[in-house]
Amino acid sequence: MALEQATAVEDVAGADQEFLYTLNFGPQHPATHTTLRLILTLDGETIVKAVPDIGFLHSGFEKLGEDLDFNQYTTIVDRMNYISPVANEIAWHHTVEKLLGIEITPRCKYLRTILAELARISDHLLCVGACGLDLGALTAFLYAFNAREKIYNIIESTAGQRFHPSYTRVGGLAADISDDVVAQIRDFVKTFPKVHNDLCRLLNRNRIFIDRTKGIGVLTKEEAINRSCTGPIARASGVTRDLRKDEPYLAYGELQSAFKVVCAKNGDCYNRYLVRMGEMLESWKIVAAAVENLPSGPVNVALNDKQTIPDKNATYRSIEGLIQHFELFMWNRRWESPVNEVYGANETANGELGFYVVTDGSGTAFRARTRPPSFIHFALFPHLMEGHQISDVPAVLGSLNIIAAELDR
Amino acid sequence: MPYLDTLNAKFAGAFTTSAFRDNARVHLSAEHAPKVLFALLKCLKDECGFDMLTELGGIDYLNYPNATDRYCVVYGLTNTVTGERVWVKAFANDPDPELPSVVELWKGADWFEREVYDMYGVRFAGHPDPRRILMPSEFVGHPLRKDYPLRGYGERHNFPTVTRAES
Repeated sequence: MALEQATAVEDVAGADQEFLYTLNFGPQHPATHTTLRLILTLDGETIVKAVPDIGFLHSGFEKLGEDLDFNQYTTIVDRMNYISPVANEIAWHHTVEKLLGIEITPRCKYLRTILAELARISDHLLCVGACGLDLGALTAFLYAFNAREKIYNIIESTAGQRFHPSYTRVGGLAADISDDVVAQIRDFVKTFPKVHNDLCRLLNRNRIFIDRTKGIGVLTKEEAINRSCTGPIARASGVTRDLRKDEPYLAYGELQSAFKVVCAKNGDCYNRYLVRMGEMLESWKIVAAAVENLPSGPVNVALNDKQTIPDKNATYRSIEGLIQHFELFMWNRRWESPVNEVYGANETANGELGFYVVTDGSGTAFRARTRPPSFIHFALFPHLMEGHQISDVPAVLGSLNIIAAELDR
Repeated sequence: MPYLDTLNAKFAGAFTTSAFRDNARVHLSAEHAPKVLFALLKCLKDECGFDMLTELGGIDYLNYPNATDRYCVVYGLTNTVTGERVWVKAFANDPDPELPSVVELWKGADWFEREVYDMYGVRFAGHPDPRRILMPSEFVGHPLRKDYPLRGYGERHNFPTVTRAES
Protein backbone atom coordinates (compact mmCIF):
# COMPACT_ATOMS: atom_id res chain seq x y z
CA MET A 1 0.00 0.00 0.00
CA ALA A 2 2.79 2.40 0.92
CA LEU A 3 4.54 1.43 -2.28
CA GLU A 4 1.63 2.69 -4.38
CA GLN A 5 1.57 5.91 -2.45
CA ALA A 6 5.25 6.55 -2.87
CA THR A 7 5.17 5.95 -6.60
CA ALA A 8 1.95 7.94 -6.97
CA VAL A 9 3.67 11.19 -6.02
CA GLU A 10 6.56 10.66 -8.42
CA ASP A 11 6.69 13.05 -11.29
CA VAL A 12 9.15 11.50 -13.71
CA ALA A 13 8.87 12.13 -17.41
CA GLY A 14 7.71 8.88 -18.89
CA ALA A 15 7.12 7.21 -15.54
CA ASP A 16 3.76 5.96 -16.77
CA GLN A 17 5.38 4.20 -19.71
CA GLU A 18 5.70 0.48 -19.50
CA PHE A 19 9.45 0.07 -19.85
CA LEU A 20 10.13 1.60 -16.44
CA TYR A 21 9.66 -0.71 -13.54
CA THR A 22 9.89 -0.42 -9.80
CA LEU A 23 12.27 -2.40 -7.65
CA ASN A 24 11.89 -2.64 -3.92
CA PHE A 25 15.35 -2.59 -2.31
CA GLY A 26 15.10 -3.54 1.34
CA PRO A 27 13.92 -3.15 4.12
CA GLN A 28 16.01 -6.30 4.56
CA HIS A 29 18.93 -6.52 2.19
CA PRO A 30 22.59 -7.33 2.92
CA ALA A 31 23.75 -4.02 1.42
CA THR A 32 21.43 -1.89 3.56
CA HIS A 33 23.16 -3.29 6.69
CA THR A 34 20.19 -2.18 8.76
CA THR A 35 16.52 -1.65 8.17
CA LEU A 36 15.88 0.88 5.45
CA ARG A 37 14.01 0.70 2.22
CA LEU A 38 14.63 2.15 -1.22
CA ILE A 39 12.06 2.29 -3.97
CA LEU A 40 14.02 2.36 -7.21
CA THR A 41 12.44 3.26 -10.54
CA LEU A 42 14.54 1.53 -13.16
CA ASP A 43 15.08 1.85 -16.87
CA GLY A 44 16.85 -1.41 -17.57
CA GLU A 45 19.62 -1.27 -14.98
CA THR A 46 19.78 2.52 -14.83
CA ILE A 47 18.15 4.23 -11.90
CA VAL A 48 15.71 6.90 -13.00
CA LYS A 49 14.57 7.76 -9.54
CA ALA A 50 15.30 6.54 -6.03
CA VAL A 51 12.86 7.19 -3.21
CA PRO A 52 14.08 6.31 0.29
CA ASP A 53 11.43 5.10 2.71
CA ILE A 54 12.60 5.32 6.31
CA GLY A 55 11.13 5.02 9.78
CA PHE A 56 11.31 1.26 10.33
CA LEU A 57 13.44 1.72 13.43
CA HIS A 58 11.69 4.80 14.77
CA SER A 59 11.35 4.29 18.50
CA GLY A 60 10.77 7.78 19.86
CA PHE A 61 14.20 8.51 21.33
CA GLU A 62 13.49 12.23 21.49
CA LYS A 63 10.21 11.66 23.32
CA LEU A 64 12.10 9.53 25.85
CA GLY A 65 14.62 12.34 26.19
CA GLU A 66 11.85 14.51 27.60
CA ASP A 67 11.07 11.91 30.26
CA LEU A 68 14.50 10.67 31.35
CA ASP A 69 16.99 12.86 33.18
CA PHE A 70 20.35 13.96 31.82
CA ASN A 71 22.19 10.86 33.03
CA GLN A 72 19.48 8.33 32.25
CA TYR A 73 19.20 9.53 28.66
CA THR A 74 22.83 8.49 28.09
CA THR A 75 21.71 4.91 27.69
CA ILE A 76 19.31 5.94 24.92
CA VAL A 77 21.85 8.20 23.18
CA ASP A 78 24.22 5.21 23.11
CA ARG A 79 21.85 3.41 20.81
CA MET A 80 21.67 6.10 18.15
CA ASN A 81 24.91 5.57 16.28
CA TYR A 82 25.75 2.17 17.74
CA ILE A 83 28.96 1.93 15.71
CA SER A 84 30.57 4.65 17.86
CA PRO A 85 28.35 4.90 20.97
CA VAL A 86 30.85 6.71 23.20
CA ALA A 87 30.96 9.65 20.81
CA ASN A 88 27.19 10.10 21.15
CA GLU A 89 27.40 10.17 24.94
CA ILE A 90 30.20 12.68 24.83
CA ALA A 91 28.22 14.91 22.47
CA TRP A 92 25.10 14.67 24.65
CA HIS A 93 26.90 15.54 27.87
CA HIS A 94 28.88 18.25 26.09
CA THR A 95 25.57 19.98 25.38
CA VAL A 96 24.12 19.37 28.85
CA GLU A 97 27.25 20.71 30.51
CA LYS A 98 27.19 23.74 28.23
CA LEU A 99 23.59 24.34 29.30
CA LEU A 100 24.28 23.91 33.02
CA GLY A 101 27.55 25.87 32.78
CA ILE A 102 29.85 23.11 34.02
CA GLU A 103 33.56 23.17 33.21
CA ILE A 104 34.84 19.60 33.34
CA THR A 105 38.26 18.67 34.71
CA PRO A 106 41.36 18.42 32.46
CA ARG A 107 41.69 14.67 33.01
CA CYS A 108 38.06 14.14 32.02
CA LYS A 109 38.60 16.27 28.88
CA TYR A 110 41.56 14.16 27.79
CA LEU A 111 39.83 10.87 28.55
CA ARG A 112 36.77 11.91 26.60
CA THR A 113 38.97 13.04 23.72
CA ILE A 114 40.75 9.69 23.61
CA LEU A 115 37.45 7.80 23.70
CA ALA A 116 35.89 10.02 21.03
CA GLU A 117 38.83 9.44 18.73
CA LEU A 118 38.84 5.69 19.34
CA ALA A 119 35.14 5.75 18.50
CA ARG A 120 35.90 7.61 15.28
CA ILE A 121 38.52 5.03 14.30
CA SER A 122 36.09 2.24 15.12
CA ASP A 123 33.32 3.85 13.06
CA HIS A 124 35.55 4.51 10.06
CA LEU A 125 36.95 0.97 10.22
CA LEU A 126 33.47 -0.46 10.04
CA CYS A 127 32.42 1.91 7.27
CA VAL A 128 35.48 1.20 5.13
CA GLY A 129 35.40 -2.52 5.84
CA ALA A 130 31.70 -2.89 5.14
CA CYS A 131 31.98 -0.80 1.99
CA GLY A 132 34.71 -3.15 0.80
CA LEU A 133 32.59 -6.15 1.77
CA ASP A 134 29.64 -4.91 -0.28
CA LEU A 135 31.89 -4.33 -3.28
CA GLY A 136 33.46 -7.76 -3.15
CA ALA A 137 36.59 -7.18 -1.04
CA LEU A 138 35.88 -9.44 1.92
CA THR A 139 39.41 -9.49 3.34
CA ALA A 140 39.47 -5.79 4.22
CA PHE A 141 36.39 -6.31 6.38
CA LEU A 142 38.15 -9.00 8.43
CA TYR A 143 41.25 -6.85 8.96
CA ALA A 144 39.07 -3.91 10.01
CA PHE A 145 37.08 -5.98 12.48
CA ASN A 146 40.22 -7.37 14.03
CA ALA A 147 41.28 -3.82 14.91
CA ARG A 148 37.77 -2.89 16.07
CA GLU A 149 37.96 -5.79 18.50
CA LYS A 150 40.92 -4.08 20.19
CA ILE A 151 38.92 -0.87 20.57
CA TYR A 152 36.04 -2.84 22.05
CA ASN A 153 38.47 -4.38 24.52
CA ILE A 154 39.68 -0.92 25.54
CA ILE A 155 36.12 0.27 26.04
CA GLU A 156 35.29 -2.87 28.01
CA SER A 157 38.23 -2.27 30.35
CA THR A 158 37.23 1.37 30.69
CA ALA A 159 33.49 1.14 31.27
CA GLY A 160 32.74 -2.52 31.84
CA GLN A 161 30.57 -2.79 28.74
CA ARG A 162 31.74 -3.43 25.23
CA PHE A 163 28.98 -2.17 23.03
CA HIS A 164 26.91 0.43 24.87
CA PRO A 165 29.18 1.66 27.64
CA SER A 166 27.06 4.55 29.10
CA TYR A 167 30.32 5.86 30.43
CA THR A 168 29.90 9.64 30.66
CA ARG A 169 28.00 11.46 33.39
CA VAL A 170 27.06 15.10 33.86
CA GLY A 171 30.28 16.73 35.05
CA GLY A 172 32.55 13.77 34.47
CA LEU A 173 32.70 10.04 33.93
CA ALA A 174 31.23 6.98 35.62
CA ALA A 175 34.69 5.99 36.87
CA ASP A 176 38.35 6.77 36.38
CA ILE A 177 40.38 4.46 34.17
CA SER A 178 42.94 1.98 35.47
CA ASP A 179 46.59 1.81 34.44
CA ASP A 180 45.74 -1.28 32.45
CA VAL A 181 43.64 0.82 30.09
CA VAL A 182 46.55 3.17 29.42
CA ALA A 183 48.68 0.13 28.57
CA GLN A 184 45.98 -1.16 26.22
CA ILE A 185 45.66 2.22 24.48
CA ARG A 186 49.46 2.39 24.09
CA ASP A 187 49.39 -1.08 22.61
CA PHE A 188 46.65 -0.02 20.18
CA VAL A 189 48.64 3.07 19.20
CA LYS A 190 51.63 0.84 18.51
CA THR A 191 49.77 -1.70 16.37
CA PHE A 192 47.22 0.43 14.52
CA PRO A 193 49.53 1.78 11.74
CA LYS A 194 50.08 -1.77 10.52
CA VAL A 195 46.34 -2.40 10.31
CA HIS A 196 45.88 0.88 8.47
CA ASN A 197 48.67 0.00 6.09
CA ASP A 198 47.13 -3.43 5.44
CA LEU A 199 43.78 -1.84 4.65
CA CYS A 200 45.39 0.69 2.31
CA ARG A 201 47.22 -2.06 0.48
CA LEU A 202 44.06 -4.11 0.15
CA LEU A 203 41.84 -1.33 -1.16
CA ASN A 204 43.69 1.76 -2.40
CA ARG A 205 44.88 0.20 -5.64
CA ASN A 206 42.31 -2.58 -5.83
CA ARG A 207 41.11 -2.47 -9.46
CA ILE A 208 37.59 -3.71 -8.69
CA PHE A 209 37.16 -1.40 -5.71
CA ILE A 210 38.35 1.65 -7.68
CA ASP A 211 36.18 0.83 -10.69
CA ARG A 212 33.12 0.60 -8.51
CA THR A 213 33.76 3.74 -6.46
CA LYS A 214 35.63 6.28 -8.60
CA GLY A 215 33.29 8.81 -10.20
CA ILE A 216 30.27 7.24 -8.51
CA GLY A 217 27.87 9.36 -6.48
CA VAL A 218 29.60 12.68 -7.08
CA LEU A 219 28.68 15.50 -4.72
CA THR A 220 29.92 18.98 -5.57
CA LYS A 221 31.02 21.46 -2.93
CA GLU A 222 28.03 23.77 -3.55
CA GLU A 223 25.59 20.87 -3.28
CA ALA A 224 27.29 19.62 -0.12
CA ILE A 225 26.79 23.01 1.56
CA ASN A 226 23.29 23.47 0.20
CA ARG A 227 22.26 20.04 1.42
CA SER A 228 23.61 20.55 4.97
CA CYS A 229 26.36 17.92 4.72
CA THR A 230 29.01 17.71 7.40
CA GLY A 231 31.79 15.38 8.38
CA PRO A 232 33.79 13.19 5.99
CA ILE A 233 31.12 13.45 3.29
CA ALA A 234 31.37 17.24 3.15
CA ARG A 235 35.15 17.15 3.48
CA ALA A 236 35.43 14.72 0.56
CA SER A 237 33.67 17.40 -1.51
CA GLY A 238 36.08 20.13 -0.48
CA VAL A 239 34.23 21.76 2.43
CA THR A 240 37.07 22.46 4.84
CA ARG A 241 34.96 22.39 7.95
CA ASP A 242 35.77 20.39 11.07
CA LEU A 243 34.35 21.35 14.46
CA ARG A 244 37.49 20.07 16.16
CA LYS A 245 39.38 22.90 14.45
CA ASP A 246 36.63 25.50 14.02
CA GLU A 247 35.00 25.33 17.45
CA PRO A 248 37.53 23.42 19.58
CA TYR A 249 35.93 21.58 22.47
CA LEU A 250 37.28 19.06 25.01
CA ALA A 251 41.06 18.85 24.69
CA TYR A 252 41.19 19.59 20.96
CA GLY A 253 42.20 23.18 21.67
CA GLU A 254 45.40 21.95 23.31
CA LEU A 255 46.00 19.20 20.73
CA GLN A 256 45.64 21.47 17.67
CA SER A 257 49.19 20.78 16.52
CA ALA A 258 48.68 17.02 16.71
CA PHE A 259 46.26 16.67 13.82
CA LYS A 260 45.19 18.08 10.46
CA VAL A 261 41.85 18.18 8.69
CA VAL A 262 41.65 15.66 5.86
CA CYS A 263 39.91 16.94 2.72
CA ALA A 264 39.47 15.86 -0.87
CA LYS A 265 38.05 17.54 -3.94
CA ASN A 266 36.17 15.13 -6.17
CA GLY A 267 33.35 14.19 -3.81
CA ASP A 268 32.85 10.68 -5.18
CA CYS A 269 32.67 7.42 -3.25
CA TYR A 270 36.40 6.82 -3.65
CA ASN A 271 37.26 10.21 -2.16
CA ARG A 272 34.93 9.62 0.75
CA TYR A 273 36.79 6.38 1.34
CA LEU A 274 40.16 8.16 1.14
CA VAL A 275 39.03 10.88 3.56
CA ARG A 276 37.95 8.26 6.08
CA MET A 277 41.27 6.45 5.74
CA GLY A 278 43.13 9.73 6.24
CA GLU A 279 41.01 10.69 9.24
CA MET A 280 41.81 7.41 10.95
CA LEU A 281 45.50 8.28 10.86
CA GLU A 282 44.81 11.78 12.22
CA SER A 283 42.69 10.28 15.02
CA TRP A 284 45.49 7.86 15.74
CA LYS A 285 47.86 10.85 16.16
CA ILE A 286 45.40 12.53 18.54
CA VAL A 287 45.09 9.37 20.64
CA ALA A 288 48.89 8.99 20.74
CA ALA A 289 49.39 12.61 21.81
CA ALA A 290 46.53 12.59 24.33
CA VAL A 291 47.45 9.37 26.08
CA GLU A 292 51.02 10.55 26.64
CA ASN A 293 49.84 13.93 27.96
CA LEU A 294 47.02 12.55 30.10
CA PRO A 295 46.77 14.88 33.12
CA SER A 296 46.39 13.50 36.63
CA GLY A 297 43.71 14.63 39.05
CA PRO A 298 40.01 13.94 39.49
CA VAL A 299 37.73 12.97 36.59
CA ASN A 300 34.61 14.52 38.12
CA VAL A 301 33.94 18.13 39.04
CA ALA A 302 34.08 18.88 42.76
CA LEU A 303 31.38 17.58 45.08
CA ASN A 304 30.62 21.13 46.18
CA ASP A 305 29.41 22.02 42.70
CA LYS A 306 26.43 19.73 43.31
CA GLN A 307 26.26 18.70 39.67
CA THR A 308 27.89 15.30 39.52
CA ILE A 309 27.12 11.97 41.15
CA PRO A 310 29.49 11.52 44.14
CA ASP A 311 31.60 8.37 44.17
CA LYS A 312 30.43 5.55 46.39
CA ASN A 313 33.10 6.30 48.99
CA ALA A 314 31.70 9.80 49.51
CA THR A 315 28.10 8.55 49.39
CA TYR A 316 28.61 5.99 52.13
CA ARG A 317 31.09 7.84 54.33
CA SER A 318 30.17 11.52 54.28
CA ILE A 319 26.92 13.34 54.90
CA GLU A 320 27.55 15.78 52.01
CA GLY A 321 28.05 12.88 49.61
CA LEU A 322 24.90 11.13 50.82
CA ILE A 323 22.80 14.28 50.48
CA GLN A 324 24.23 14.98 47.06
CA HIS A 325 23.52 11.43 45.93
CA PHE A 326 19.86 11.71 46.87
CA GLU A 327 19.58 15.23 45.51
CA LEU A 328 20.47 13.89 42.08
CA PHE A 329 18.53 10.63 42.21
CA MET A 330 15.17 11.65 43.69
CA TRP A 331 12.81 12.24 40.80
CA ASN A 332 11.52 15.56 42.17
CA ARG A 333 14.99 17.00 42.92
CA ARG A 334 17.73 16.32 40.37
CA TRP A 335 19.46 19.24 38.62
CA GLU A 336 18.58 22.89 38.73
CA SER A 337 18.64 23.94 35.11
CA PRO A 338 18.17 27.40 33.60
CA VAL A 339 14.90 28.23 31.82
CA ASN A 340 16.71 28.42 28.53
CA GLU A 341 17.99 26.42 25.61
CA VAL A 342 21.29 25.69 23.97
CA TYR A 343 22.72 23.90 20.96
CA GLY A 344 25.94 21.99 21.30
CA ALA A 345 27.64 19.96 18.61
CA ASN A 346 30.52 17.55 18.38
CA GLU A 347 32.37 16.32 15.35
CA THR A 348 31.57 12.61 15.40
CA ALA A 349 32.64 10.06 12.82
CA ASN A 350 29.61 10.67 10.63
CA GLY A 351 29.57 14.44 10.87
CA GLU A 352 28.19 17.10 13.15
CA LEU A 353 26.17 15.41 15.89
CA GLY A 354 24.30 18.19 17.63
CA PHE A 355 21.79 18.36 20.44
CA TYR A 356 19.35 21.19 20.90
CA VAL A 357 18.32 21.02 24.54
CA VAL A 358 15.52 23.13 26.03
CA THR A 359 15.08 23.07 29.81
CA ASP A 360 12.35 24.54 31.98
CA GLY A 361 14.19 24.57 35.32
CA SER A 362 13.76 20.88 36.13
CA GLY A 363 16.28 18.07 35.94
CA THR A 364 14.98 16.66 32.68
CA ALA A 365 15.08 18.19 29.24
CA PHE A 366 11.91 19.90 28.04
CA ARG A 367 13.04 19.08 24.52
CA ALA A 368 16.05 17.03 23.49
CA ARG A 369 16.36 17.49 19.76
CA THR A 370 19.07 15.52 17.97
CA ARG A 371 20.71 16.64 14.77
CA PRO A 372 21.47 13.22 13.33
CA PRO A 373 24.10 13.25 10.57
CA SER A 374 22.83 9.99 9.04
CA PHE A 375 19.38 11.50 8.50
CA ILE A 376 20.83 14.43 6.59
CA HIS A 377 23.20 12.28 4.57
CA PHE A 378 20.54 9.77 3.59
CA ALA A 379 18.48 12.63 2.15
CA LEU A 380 21.33 12.98 -0.37
CA PHE A 381 20.75 9.51 -1.69
CA PRO A 382 18.22 10.27 -4.49
CA HIS A 383 20.48 13.08 -5.70
CA LEU A 384 23.61 10.89 -5.72
CA MET A 385 21.89 7.94 -7.42
CA GLU A 386 20.45 9.78 -10.42
CA GLY A 387 21.60 8.15 -13.65
CA HIS A 388 23.69 5.46 -11.95
CA GLN A 389 23.39 1.70 -12.28
CA ILE A 390 21.69 -0.50 -9.75
CA SER A 391 25.07 -2.05 -8.86
CA ASP A 392 26.19 1.39 -7.62
CA VAL A 393 23.61 1.35 -4.82
CA PRO A 394 25.84 -0.60 -2.38
CA ALA A 395 28.82 1.67 -3.18
CA VAL A 396 26.89 4.86 -2.45
CA LEU A 397 25.11 3.44 0.61
CA GLY A 398 28.41 2.18 1.96
CA SER A 399 30.17 5.49 1.43
CA LEU A 400 27.38 7.45 3.16
CA ASN A 401 27.64 5.18 6.22
CA ILE A 402 23.94 5.23 7.06
CA ILE A 403 23.19 3.96 10.56
CA ALA A 404 19.46 3.30 10.64
CA ALA A 405 19.12 3.61 14.41
CA GLU A 406 20.42 7.16 14.18
CA LEU A 407 18.44 7.80 11.01
CA ASP A 408 15.09 6.98 12.61
CA ARG A 409 15.85 7.47 16.30
CA MET B 1 27.42 41.25 14.89
CA PRO B 2 27.26 42.62 11.34
CA TYR B 3 24.23 40.57 10.28
CA LEU B 4 22.11 42.33 12.89
CA ASP B 5 22.66 45.68 11.15
CA THR B 6 21.50 44.19 7.87
CA LEU B 7 18.44 42.66 9.52
CA ASN B 8 17.64 45.88 11.38
CA ALA B 9 17.76 47.87 8.15
CA LYS B 10 15.31 45.52 6.44
CA PHE B 11 13.09 43.99 9.10
CA ALA B 12 13.13 46.53 11.95
CA GLY B 13 10.44 45.78 14.50
CA ALA B 14 9.60 42.32 13.16
CA PHE B 15 12.10 40.39 15.27
CA THR B 16 13.70 40.31 18.69
CA THR B 17 17.04 38.85 19.70
CA SER B 18 18.41 36.86 22.61
CA ALA B 19 21.60 35.04 23.47
CA PHE B 20 22.67 32.25 25.80
CA ARG B 21 26.21 30.80 26.08
CA ASP B 22 27.52 31.01 22.50
CA ASN B 23 24.10 30.83 20.81
CA ALA B 24 22.84 34.09 19.29
CA ARG B 25 19.16 33.92 18.42
CA VAL B 26 16.67 35.86 16.32
CA HIS B 27 13.01 35.41 17.33
CA LEU B 28 10.04 35.81 15.01
CA SER B 29 6.67 35.75 16.79
CA ALA B 30 3.69 33.88 15.36
CA GLU B 31 2.31 37.21 14.20
CA HIS B 32 5.31 38.06 12.01
CA ALA B 33 6.77 34.66 11.14
CA PRO B 34 4.56 33.65 8.15
CA LYS B 35 5.23 36.94 6.36
CA VAL B 36 8.83 37.67 7.33
CA LEU B 37 10.51 34.28 7.80
CA PHE B 38 11.33 33.43 4.19
CA ALA B 39 12.61 36.93 3.36
CA LEU B 40 14.69 37.04 6.55
CA LEU B 41 16.33 33.68 5.91
CA LYS B 42 16.93 34.62 2.27
CA CYS B 43 18.57 37.83 3.44
CA LEU B 44 20.76 35.92 5.91
CA LYS B 45 21.75 33.46 3.19
CA ASP B 46 22.38 35.85 0.31
CA GLU B 47 23.61 39.00 2.04
CA CYS B 48 25.16 37.84 5.29
CA GLY B 49 26.94 34.69 4.09
CA PHE B 50 25.06 32.08 6.17
CA ASP B 51 25.20 29.54 3.37
CA MET B 52 24.49 26.33 5.29
CA LEU B 53 21.32 25.28 7.07
CA THR B 54 22.93 23.14 9.73
CA GLU B 55 19.89 22.35 11.78
CA LEU B 56 16.12 22.61 11.59
CA GLY B 57 13.99 21.25 14.39
CA GLY B 58 10.67 21.73 16.11
CA ILE B 59 9.78 22.55 19.70
CA ASP B 60 6.37 22.50 21.39
CA TYR B 61 6.26 25.17 24.12
CA LEU B 62 2.97 24.01 25.67
CA ASN B 63 3.06 24.88 29.41
CA TYR B 64 6.61 26.26 29.17
CA PRO B 65 7.33 29.10 31.63
CA ASN B 66 6.56 32.53 30.07
CA ALA B 67 5.90 31.09 26.60
CA THR B 68 3.48 33.07 24.44
CA ASP B 69 3.35 31.00 21.26
CA ARG B 70 3.08 27.26 21.10
CA TYR B 71 5.06 25.75 18.22
CA CYS B 72 8.53 26.83 17.30
CA VAL B 73 10.73 25.86 14.39
CA VAL B 74 14.42 26.49 15.00
CA TYR B 75 16.67 27.22 12.03
CA GLY B 76 20.38 26.88 12.71
CA LEU B 77 22.45 28.67 10.08
CA THR B 78 26.21 28.46 9.68
CA ASN B 79 28.61 30.56 7.70
CA THR B 80 30.98 27.93 6.32
CA VAL B 81 33.69 30.52 5.66
CA THR B 82 33.88 32.25 9.05
CA GLY B 83 32.24 29.52 11.13
CA GLU B 84 29.74 31.98 12.60
CA ARG B 85 26.37 30.61 13.62
CA VAL B 86 22.95 32.19 14.09
CA TRP B 87 19.70 30.67 15.32
CA VAL B 88 16.36 31.81 13.94
CA LYS B 89 13.30 30.81 15.95
CA ALA B 90 9.98 31.11 14.12
CA PHE B 91 6.77 30.55 16.07
CA ALA B 92 3.35 29.29 15.01
CA ASN B 93 0.09 28.64 16.80
CA ASP B 94 -2.98 26.39 16.73
CA PRO B 95 -5.39 25.77 15.05
CA ASP B 96 -3.42 25.74 11.82
CA PRO B 97 0.32 26.09 12.45
CA GLU B 98 1.94 26.95 9.15
CA LEU B 99 5.27 28.45 8.09
CA PRO B 100 6.80 29.01 4.66
CA SER B 101 9.05 26.23 3.39
CA VAL B 102 12.73 27.01 2.82
CA VAL B 103 13.47 24.09 0.46
CA GLU B 104 13.86 26.71 -2.27
CA LEU B 105 16.83 28.18 -0.38
CA TRP B 106 18.36 24.99 1.01
CA LYS B 107 17.60 21.57 -0.44
CA GLY B 108 18.75 20.11 2.86
CA ALA B 109 15.58 21.49 4.45
CA ASP B 110 13.46 18.90 2.64
CA TRP B 111 13.63 16.02 5.13
CA PHE B 112 14.01 18.34 8.13
CA GLU B 113 10.66 19.96 7.36
CA ARG B 114 9.00 16.62 6.73
CA GLU B 115 10.18 15.49 10.15
CA VAL B 116 8.85 18.62 11.86
CA TYR B 117 5.52 18.13 10.13
CA ASP B 118 5.46 14.47 11.13
CA MET B 119 6.33 15.12 14.78
CA TYR B 120 4.56 18.43 15.42
CA GLY B 121 2.00 18.92 12.67
CA VAL B 122 3.47 22.26 11.60
CA ARG B 123 2.77 22.62 7.88
CA PHE B 124 5.30 24.11 5.50
CA ALA B 125 3.66 26.05 2.68
CA GLY B 126 5.32 25.29 -0.64
CA HIS B 127 7.07 22.09 0.42
CA PRO B 128 7.50 19.85 -2.64
CA ASP B 129 6.74 16.55 -0.90
CA PRO B 130 4.78 17.11 2.34
CA ARG B 131 4.42 13.51 3.50
CA ARG B 132 5.18 11.93 6.85
CA ILE B 133 8.72 10.64 7.07
CA LEU B 134 9.25 8.57 10.23
CA MET B 135 5.73 7.52 11.17
CA PRO B 136 3.65 5.40 8.78
CA SER B 137 1.29 7.31 6.50
CA GLU B 138 -1.81 5.85 8.22
CA PHE B 139 -0.70 7.31 11.55
CA VAL B 140 -2.95 9.87 13.21
CA GLY B 141 -1.51 12.47 15.58
CA HIS B 142 1.89 14.05 16.08
CA PRO B 143 4.00 12.18 18.65
CA LEU B 144 6.35 14.89 19.88
CA ARG B 145 3.58 17.32 20.82
CA LYS B 146 3.48 17.83 24.55
CA ASP B 147 -0.16 16.72 24.77
CA TYR B 148 0.66 13.38 23.12
CA PRO B 149 1.06 10.75 25.85
CA LEU B 150 4.41 9.10 26.45
CA ARG B 151 2.87 5.76 27.34
CA GLY B 152 -0.44 4.05 26.84
CA TYR B 153 -2.67 2.84 24.09
CA GLY B 154 -2.63 5.09 21.12
CA GLU B 155 -3.42 5.19 17.47
CA ARG B 156 -1.72 1.95 16.60
CA HIS B 157 -4.80 0.09 17.79
CA ASN B 158 -6.76 1.77 15.04
CA PHE B 159 -4.39 0.85 12.25
CA PRO B 160 -6.09 -0.88 9.33
CA THR B 161 -5.28 -4.59 9.29
CA VAL B 162 -3.97 -5.89 5.99
CA THR B 163 -4.35 -9.61 5.46
CA ARG B 164 -1.91 -11.60 3.40
CA ALA B 165 -4.47 -12.02 0.63
CA GLU B 166 -4.94 -8.26 0.29
CA SER B 167 -1.30 -7.24 0.33
